[in-house]
Amino acid sequence: MDEFLLSAAGVIIATVAVGLVRILRGPDDVDRLMAVQLLGTGGIAALLLTAYATRVPGVDDVALGLALLAAFATMAFLNHLDAGQGDASQGGSEP
Amino acid sequence: MSALIDLFSVAAIGAGLFFFFAGTVGLLRFPDSLTRLHALSKADNLGLGLVVLGLIPRAENPLAALKLLVVWALVLLSGASTAQLIGRALRRGRK
Repeated sequence: MDEFLLSAAGVIIATVAVGLVRILRGPDDVDRLMAVQLLGTGGIAALLLTAYATRVPGVDDVALGLALLAAFATMAFLNHLDAGQGDASQGGSEP
Repeated sequence: MSALIDLFSVAAIGAGLFFFFAGTVGLLRFPDSLTRLHALSKADNLGLGLVVLGLIPRAENPLAALKLLVVWALVLLSGASTAQLIGRALRRGRK
């Protein structure tokens, strides 16, 4: 059963790695951002599977941390995207 | 009984893998950004949700199972909000 969990984690990572092709091909920055977000979620799923396969304590906390950081990375990128125009500049935030 | 639990885990994690794969294929094949965003959020929420569902019976104590659900809830909330932000950036034409 543990081997199945580890192989499932491997398959998820492989699937997400194929999804990263969108970064090369993606016409817009937003498409690249989506591929990175998919990588984050795939990473979380693989971490959880590995945590329950190898029973190493603390790995599921790493998954929780990655879930938080993936959200921040996406929002930081989107905020940067709006930095030039739109409400970010009218809001008086520092450049 | 434990064989039934293992069977349930295998089935749920297999379905989760399928949704990750479907989301990745959608991310690569769909014509424009909004449809890719649609495919991406399916893989995020449903793929990870099914993996978590498959892992819950394997958790030692209810607290570990609760941590799994917390990770999934965080990804659900952050995925939904970032998808809205990406949609807004797309609608404003800031690719």
